[in-house]
Amino acid sequence: MTTKDLYQRDREWHPPALAPDYKTSVARAPRLALLSLESTASELTGPTFGHGDIDEIDNDLLRNYAKSGDPIGERIIVHGRILDENARPVPNTLVEIWQANAGGRYRHKKDMYLAAIDPNFGGCGRTLTNENGYYTFRTVKPGAYPWRNWVNNWRPAHIHISVFGTAFAQRLITQMYFEGDPLIAQCPIVRTIPDQRAIDQLVAALDLNATIPLDSIAYKFDIVLRGHRSTYFETRPEGN
Amino acid sequence: MVQSLSYLKESASQTAGPFVHIGLAPGDAGFDIYRTELGRDIAGPNAPGTRITVTGTVTDGTGAPVTDVLIEVWQADADGIYPGQGTVADGFRGWGRVIPDFDSGMFTIKTVKPGQVMGRNGRMMAPHLNLWLVARGINTGLNTRMYFADQETANAADPVLNLIEQTHRRQTLIARADGDSYHFDICLQGEDETVFFDI
Repeated sequence: MTTKDLYQRDREWHPPALAPDYKTSVARAPRLALLSLESTASELTGPTFGHGDIDEIDNDLLRNYAKSGDPIGERIIVHGRILDENARPVPNTLVEIWQANAGGRYRHKKDMYLAAIDPNFGGCGRTLTNENGYYTFRTVKPGAYPWRNWVNNWRPAHIHISVFGTAFAQRLITQMYFEGDPLIAQCPIVRTIPDQRAIDQLVAALDLNATIPLDSIAYKFDIVLRGHRSTYFETRPEGN
Repeated sequence: MVQSLSYLKESASQTAGPFVHIGLAPGDAGFDIYRTELGRDIAGPNAPGTRITVTGTVTDGTGAPVTDVLIEVWQADADGIYPGQGTVADGFRGWGRVIPDFDSGMFTIKTVKPGQVMGRNGRMMAPHLNLWLVARGINTGLNTRMYFADQETANAADPVLNLIEQTHRRQTLIARADGDSYHFDICLQGEDETVFFDI
């Protein structure tokens, strides 16, 4: 197996560990510099997953926990591609999502928000990208909810997304936001990201072409993982 | 005007939030939804090697345990081969997800001890586990490694440990050994802050 180095992660594009307006980061941010490491097999290999690991229904959050009917809320499709920084699709990779229900409450014993639990909504799903790096989920649009940071902070509607890629060093967890949400610009967690262009990249676009008429509205969300660098073989760049 | 390099930018990382278990380990969040939960077995019963148990706690800058952390483990097999890199025993995944006890914050990793792995320029690395931590308040997942105290010779020659300029900080990556049990605490900040990597 060839293991090619990855593009260096642009640490000025990602949120810094210490972001004091997101209070929880204060006690959890390393204070010493990260040690930069040239990649080895430890970083350039990664786990793989197959269709034996997951079921067909796992990407359908309208169905995968439904007990007595449909979940409450706006029915949506979230779809897009996993690409690398060279704009190549990342096929057969695991994508996992989790989210609050339409009222803004998570199915977790530690979530104390007043909104009701939805008996027909678990709030998580998973899928593998196809050979073109394409993925899709069916779910309900999550609600915004208040959280304990400053007294009156609200999280914009968002879906948490975890992606693997081909190398352990490509591992990424991010959040998807929804086009047009006025809470995005106010959120201290969103604002840990220093560059507005990086924030815009996390906002899914309303995609009327992918809607199902009289059924579900759609949002398109592409995710970019680190790219593999060219390796020079004799005088020739390989793998471009 | 020069040509543009027209590469895409990596999507920015965001915190996994307080409820990462809902998405990545729903059984631990208290509800069964999938037929199989991923990351339960790092090394299946057929994987050769020494069976080991690692316990530890992740603490924050105040010394409190981080009870909502999720740790992913990635490791080579007993021969130093990663899955996908070469042939490994049936059932050896090399990858696992570990969450601590919600009250005490103690985590437990059950696996086989990895072998030495080839590093850059043909230099061998001492046996190690690769760890990736996410939690509320961690904006970009933290990468670190765990080495074994009973591998003194290999550790002394390890090219990564030897990169750490402050020699006392190398100890933050080395698990205490007690037979086939190891203890490894991770400190996010403070006097014993663990060495984290930009990989």
